Amino acid sequence: MDLGELASCLGSASCVVTQVSAGLTIGLLIFLVASGLTLIFGVLGLVNFAHGTLYMLGSYFALTAYGTTGSFLAAVGAGAFGVALVGLLMERFLLSRIYGTDVLMQLLVCYAIILILDDVVKIVWGGDFLKMDLPDAFRRPPVIIAGGIVPYYYVILFAITAAIAVILAWGMGRTRFGRTVRAAAVNPGMVGALGINTTAVFAAVFAIGSLLAGLAGALSAPIRSVVPGAGVSILIESFIVTVIGGMGSIWGALIASLLIGFTRSFGSIGFPLFTEGMMFLMMALVLLVKPSGLAGKPHA
Amino acid sequence: MSQHDRGIGRRSTLMAGAAMGAAAITGFPMVARGQGRQPIKIGMPTILSGRVAQLGVSSRNAVMMEIEKFNAAGGLDGRPIEVIVRDSRGVPAEAARIAREMITSDRVDLLFDGEPSSGGFAVHEVVRETGTLTLHLNSETSSLSADPRQRFWNAFRIARQGIHDSIAGGAYAAEIVKSRNLRRWMTVSPDYAYGRDTTAEFLEYLRAFAPDVQVVGETWPRLFQPDYTENVTRLTQGRPQAIYSCLWAGDLVTFVEQASLYGLFNQSQFFGVNMADYTTLQQIKQLPRGVHSGNRYLKNFPPVPGNLAFAEEYNRRYQTYPTNWAWQSATAVHLITEALKKVGGTDPRALANALKGMTIDSPFGADGKVTMRAEDQTLVGYAIGWGTTISADPYVENMTTADWSMIFRHEQEWKRAKGWA
Repeated sequence: MDLGELASCLGSASCVVTQVSAGLTIGLLIFLVASGLTLIFGVLGLVNFAHGTLYMLGSYFALTAYGTTGSFLAAVGAGAFGVALVGLLMERFLLSRIYGTDVLMQLLVCYAIILILDDVVKIVWGGDFLKMDLPDAFRRPPVIIAGGIVPYYYVILFAITAAIAVILAWGMGRTRFGRTVRAAAVNPGMVGALGINTTAVFAAVFAIGSLLAGLAGALSAPIRSVVPGAGVSILIESFIVTVIGGMGSIWGALIASLLIGFTRSFGSIGFPLFTEGMMFLMMALVLLVKPSGLAGKPHA
Repeated sequence: MSQHDRGIGRRSTLMAGAAMGAAAITGFPMVARGQGRQPIKIGMPTILSGRVAQLGVSSRNAVMMEIEKFNAAGGLDGRPIEVIVRDSRGVPAEAARIAREMITSDRVDLLFDGEPSSGGFAVHEVVRETGTLTLHLNSETSSLSADPRQRFWNAFRIARQGIHDSIAGGAYAAEIVKSRNLRRWMTVSPDYAYGRDTTAEFLEYLRAFAPDVQVVGETWPRLFQPDYTENVTRLTQGRPQAIYSCLWAGDLVTFVEQASLYGLFNQSQFFGVNMADYTTLQQIKQLPRGVHSGNRYLKNFPPVPGNLAFAEEYNRRYQTYPTNWAWQSATAVHLITEALKKVGGTDPRALANALKGMTIDSPFGADGKVTMRAEDQTLVGYAIGWGTTISADPYVENMTTADWSMIFRHEQEWKRAKGWA
């Protein structure tokens, strides 16, 4: 513990700017993955343990697209939409068959998907870690704000992920599709009786959730290693986020993701040996005090 | 992993399958031909997938390359060596399981433990129990051989040792400290036995050689951590004049890329003991100039024809350059084949006795030789040097060679202080 160091950081504008920007970037990338996970759970009732694998696939698709085209936009598009397509196929051919089954069956099927896709990745891209080049356009000196350092690419990441968060919140809250999805989550039978194709709605929700994971994978590819099994650690963080934020709540996921991001960034100064522990401690506290999560609705 | 590497894997698997089929049809002719022709089996758990797969693959490649030469020269009185390699995926429990499986099911004569320290200690415990002759090829944590409690007759380390690198690194860094007045230091190293031990040892010797040095902060990322942002920002906040790291392979590449985004290398002098390895140097897109690094494997250090020839032959076969794990693994083959020739068989006790104190000519030696030191069954006399990075081949220049007599002197004091000597 080095709380004195943390206090002096909080008293310094440069430190606050650096750590807040780092926390936002870490948190918002987790949010992209966790929001998809929580969306799928909220609407489909499916705990998608293979969600981290979709993140990993997003990185690989982006890497290949960038290597082929040299375009960052094409890389992000390939990561997001390629994974959305994989998600759609997964939902249609495998996961739609286990809706409503117990969590053990879901775990079994998802674990099989993780193993198969990890091996597919090893066959196609090899078992080594790979790197996607950071586009030259983003290879600029860091932005200095009040003495604090914010890498240029992190500013881009922040802008994209924040825009996605706003679009997601607006789409779920204010659009006809969003209202349909929320209604289908509560009473799919009634929604179906109104003439709405709930199968298509469910498939679309799964594809959107997958798209978000793929997007996160693509955006992080230039700054992280692209490696088989890369989805595991982000999946664990995403589960922590969904438990803290409340399973099924997008807003909860956003709050919890930022909480995790700030815990990581400020924790590295104040309690560097307990950063991981702190995340689990927060999760345990939430489970004790409000088991449904910060923004989750209590079970009836 | 390159296509070529995967091809080798498939080919050897197919050959193994074909051999098994042939054996089944013909009634195990290799056994029928008598004990004299039976292959000598070596089991090798290592990491063939994930963040450090390049190192595991290079370890396997070097073993295969050197074993092939031994077999082509007639093996041990006609007995070839057969190597069984399996992927532990970097999971220590899996490495231990594979080791046990190789010993009990595959009935290997000896083990080449191709794991880093994380898995190496797990394999160490397995062979302590089974009494299988084992050569640790890639475990660098000092205590593995320095701590008498970890020592037993059948385990040998044929790899660098953290304390050797730390003494050499501390002496080199102290000279830079004095010339540039670098007093404020921070560290960023992986949070497991190797990272903790090696960092503590480096700092101990840095302070011994340059007493004015102050360590103002440390940050400990997990092994294989995907994102180092929090560690990099911790370092930027500490505003150290110099940073030490024993991060390695993919972890070091990711760290350097993220640290570059924060301009960390403009702010502080960086001492990365594990930077000068081709897997790392070639993966970093914009290698910062002037980073201080220990040699892991460089084809021009030691600057001898044998070393360059090893690198070129390896490159011809595998279309890439060797790594630190590759020279260590090649040295393990050189030592064990020498011991096999000396003993004339595979009796583990006799082989262990032959290995103890053995000195062989080696292109990786500081003076053309390496020695398996008898007292703690660990490799000594290998070339250690430090230099600074440049962005293109040969990647490191101004190499300063470490003096082994100085290393031995400080190592002995270190052991005494620990109660290990």
